[in-house]
Amino acid sequence: MNNGGVDAAVAPVGGPQPLEWKFSQVFGERTAGEEIQEVDIISAIEFNRTGDHLATGDRGGRVVLFERTDTRDHVGHRRDLEKMDYPMNRHPVFRYKTEFQSHEPEFDYLKSLEIEEKINKIRWCQSANGALSLLSTNDKTIKFWKVQEKKVKKVCSMNVDSTKAMGNSPIVGSSMSTSSRQYIANGGCTSNDFSFPTGGFPSLHLPVVTSHETNLMARCRRIFGHAHDYHINSISNNSDGETFISADDLRINLWNLETNSQSFNIIDVKPANMEDLTEVITSAEFHPTHCNMLAYSSSKGLVRLIDMRQSALCDRHSKLFVEQEAPGSRSFFTDIIASISDIKFAKDGRHMLSRDYLTLKLWDMNMDSGPVKTFQVHEYLRPKLCDLYENDSIFDKFECCLSGDGLRVATGSYSNLFRVFGCSEGSKEATTLEASKTPMRRQSLTSSRPLRSLGSSLGVVRRVKGADTSAPDANGNTFDFATKLLHLAWHPTENSLACAASNSLYMYYA
Amino acid sequence: MAMIDEPLYPIAVLIDELKNEDIQLRLNSIRKLSTIARALGEERTRKELIPFLSENNDDDDEVLLAMAEELGVFIPYVGGVEYANVLLPPLETLCIVEETCVRDKAVESLCRVGAQMREQDLVEFFIPMLKRLAAGEWFTARVSSCGLFHIAYPSAPEALKTELRTIYSQLCQDDMPMVRRSAATNLGKFAATIEAPHLKVDIMPMFNDLTQDDQDSVRLLAVEGCAALGKLLEPQDCAAHILPVIVSFSQDKSWRVRYMVANQLYELCEAVGPEPTRSDLVPAYVRLLRDNEAEVRIAAAGKVTKFCRILNSELAIQNILPCVKELSTDSSQHVRSALASVIMGMAPILGKDATIEQLLPIFLSLLKDEFPDVRLNIISKLDQVNQVIGIDLLSQSLLPAIVELAEDRHWRVRLAIIEYIPLLASQLGVGFFDDKLGALCMQWLKDKVYSIRDAAANNVKRLAEEFGPEWALQHIVPQVLDMINNPHYLYRMTILQAISLLAPVMGAEITCSNLLPVVINASKDRVPNIKFNVAKVLQSLIPIVDQSVVEKSIRPCLVELSEDPDVDVRFFATQALQSSDQLTMMSS
Repeated sequence: MNNGGVDAAVAPVGGPQPLEWKFSQVFGERTAGEEIQEVDIISAIEFNRTGDHLATGDRGGRVVLFERTDTRDHVGHRRDLEKMDYPMNRHPVFRYKTEFQSHEPEFDYLKSLEIEEKINKIRWCQSANGALSLLSTNDKTIKFWKVQEKKVKKVCSMNVDSTKAMGNSPIVGSSMSTSSRQYIANGGCTSNDFSFPTGGFPSLHLPVVTSHETNLMARCRRIFGHAHDYHINSISNNSDGETFISADDLRINLWNLETNSQSFNIIDVKPANMEDLTEVITSAEFHPTHCNMLAYSSSKGLVRLIDMRQSALCDRHSKLFVEQEAPGSRSFFTDIIASISDIKFAKDGRHMLSRDYLTLKLWDMNMDSGPVKTFQVHEYLRPKLCDLYENDSIFDKFECCLSGDGLRVATGSYSNLFRVFGCSEGSKEATTLEASKTPMRRQSLTSSRPLRSLGSSLGVVRRVKGADTSAPDANGNTFDFATKLLHLAWHPTENSLACAASNSLYMYYA
Repeated sequence: MAMIDEPLYPIAVLIDELKNEDIQLRLNSIRKLSTIARALGEERTRKELIPFLSENNDDDDEVLLAMAEELGVFIPYVGGVEYANVLLPPLETLCIVEETCVRDKAVESLCRVGAQMREQDLVEFFIPMLKRLAAGEWFTARVSSCGLFHIAYPSAPEALKTELRTIYSQLCQDDMPMVRRSAATNLGKFAATIEAPHLKVDIMPMFNDLTQDDQDSVRLLAVEGCAALGKLLEPQDCAAHILPVIVSFSQDKSWRVRYMVANQLYELCEAVGPEPTRSDLVPAYVRLLRDNEAEVRIAAAGKVTKFCRILNSELAIQNILPCVKELSTDSSQHVRSALASVIMGMAPILGKDATIEQLLPIFLSLLKDEFPDVRLNIISKLDQVNQVIGIDLLSQSLLPAIVELAEDRHWRVRLAIIEYIPLLASQLGVGFFDDKLGALCMQWLKDKVYSIRDAAANNVKRLAEEFGPEWALQHIVPQVLDMINNPHYLYRMTILQAISLLAPVMGAEITCSNLLPVVINASKDRVPNIKFNVAKVLQSLIPIVDQSVVEKSIRPCLVELSEDPDVDVRFFATQALQSSDQLTMMSS
């Protein structure tokens, strides 16, 4: 945060300068020629509220946690920095903390349906008592995890010599076992048979725990299941700290973190007849501070703002955010590319970001007539929509994110590219970066020279998914539709981005 | 490794298992913590066991929960009240864990321990602990602290009291909604220990903050605070400070808060007293009855009778009755259903004239409601109307409603109405019953669903109890016995069931003359299930009828059945014979 303050002070008043992005770290980098395992592909990224922790989920149902190592409370580190007298260059540095298997593949026997273990979303909860808490979800089941340091116990100095006891009679060694139960059943050795001396029995002593090493343990505190007929696409915590929502294609349910036995269906867009279905819910999020507001996006390209105070069933929206389409521009693809794949509230709670296939739109909650800004993410794909439709890429769901100060937004594209836009008044910032160790390389190239296929230049072995996933465009540029950057997250307080390129997690700072 | 005497062995194992890998064994040991403590003696319990438990704060939640519970009753084992303070450290660590139920239990145990502690120990140990929790880094500690103030406060010296009030006020403004919720929940308890002058100066501002919280979940907990604080304040202060809050809550933006007001309405009225209720809460209540949100109307409708009891009949007729009329045609069936379950209670409050003139049409329309629950709720409270207007006025409309429910296609609805038939019978009288309902009761015996037939058989018995054996002999028994010739064996079985239930009510004579022959006859049935049920029924008849009848008719029949080719029939016949033998032996 200190760092953020410095940044703000340095930034000129008339609008911030475009950021110069630098490579910071990579986790799970591919070596040349390495084949990517499907299960290792990252499917969710999320910073916690303070930005001290980062979680990723993958298709194999695992959740990996990273922790920040450069913060002030790391005393040793700070001293090092002071010695180096080089504080300005500090940027968030993370290290692997732990990982755990959150979801396993399952089979729904009633519906004859396989349930993938893939983590669709991760959301952090308020941490308490030194433990980290988070929610993770796959298509059907949400789990509430606690990750905590646990003492590794090495018990010694027992009353009963276990080896000896085992030698005497193999079943002894437990109060549950038959031999000792006799005593208790007999009644109690405890009260009747003999009385306790006032000083107690000096021969008895408590077990002594020696080793005080600690170990990180992930424990599943609650499972929220059996509430979704369709695939869960989002989960979101309420600012009240006790409730959260989960959204699938047609319904949104409200849960209490303490209760997994019931949830309330607050939004249901399922028509009486499924043939009348014209739109599905694609994403949902609670307002960061107003406990009663939530927004959800739909495949029709609109975002509805719901006020939960109005009524128990939130079928009516209080505000509708949709951009009027330009007349005469309709085509077969209009509806498909209008579908919103992700929405995010800005930290200030006043702005909201939505991502559709070709654009990123910034909305002001006080203005529902249209977006305050629209950013073209990869407009050059517009002539190729037909191909993208053919190979299903047009249905890819790109996520988006906002910086903590709300001045910039970011989202992913194909060929492992992602884009950062400035959204303050008058900002022309529009950076293209590549999820690699040299993120700015692409920036210098885009305008002038044609590019070789990025895929081959990186030595990526693509899973074969149709021979023409990378086809040269009019400029001779090749776009690799298999290497898409869907998931990325912005650090809540600093200019730092975490991007998932297939199985690798790249971190950048500016 | 020490050698353990043989009798101490189980306790030694118990102690070792405090650190076992298996959670079940650890739980088992914790549950027997008092035994362990007694074996160690008071001093070592204080010096060894308690510190040992304090260390053990990263165990599984179930173990921690059990530990929190045990420690609440541990004072005798640490050496009595003068050593109670040694229990505070382990409970303090349990107050900080993430799992809510563990924290709640630890707070509960701390309250229990604190309530027994000596005053100087409270000041020396309990209050410093409370302050540590209230200033805790984690919100969990602060949440727990809110529930301890009412224990600490009365013993604190003046300066400390002021400090405690200040701390609580900070908790009411905590950044975390969880802490503010806990502060709101516990405010009433804390306020009850505070001296009157401070109540107005210190507690009311805290309360006002909570009532204006941005988080709906905090405000709705403050609603309960209204009732708790209202009872502590002088009537005029209550009218000045609490009443406006209730009125504004009843118009809150959030339906959940309004729901809470509707739900707590009676308690709120009690807190502010009858006069302000009449003047200020009637309009508020009317608004709730007309709320946009069905959930709020449901809660409000359910309180109609209780609320009217506070008012006089004039106010009720003038203000509440029009709303009730609207609610009876509400678009939500659940609202109508909630109204139907309480509306009958309004009759005594309104008096006969108003009931007949105004309430009766509402009853009648609810009785014709398309939603069966609404009708059922009306019928279930029929006795209340009867007291005021008599059943005659209703009976015209009642019958169609009952008949329709009796034939509802959902068996649960049919089941529900059967349950009410004895009540209806007693209210409507024999005459009405004979004409209209008798046939229905017989019809249910032939229902397609077992539960209904079962209930119907039971119903026949309850009717016989209500109207007496003689009436039953004329109006029930012939029809019932008639059905023993039904071609379907399941229906014949229902009749056997009805006979076994009726027999004790009808008495020995009628049983012998009317019921027994039918049962004996059924022993010749071609279906084995009927035959072994005959054996069971005969067994139940043996204690009722005369010994001579047993010898003459029942035993021969059972003997015959005991030689039946079917194994089950033989089994039950033999069983019946044995029980008959036992009875004979006992009586001889």
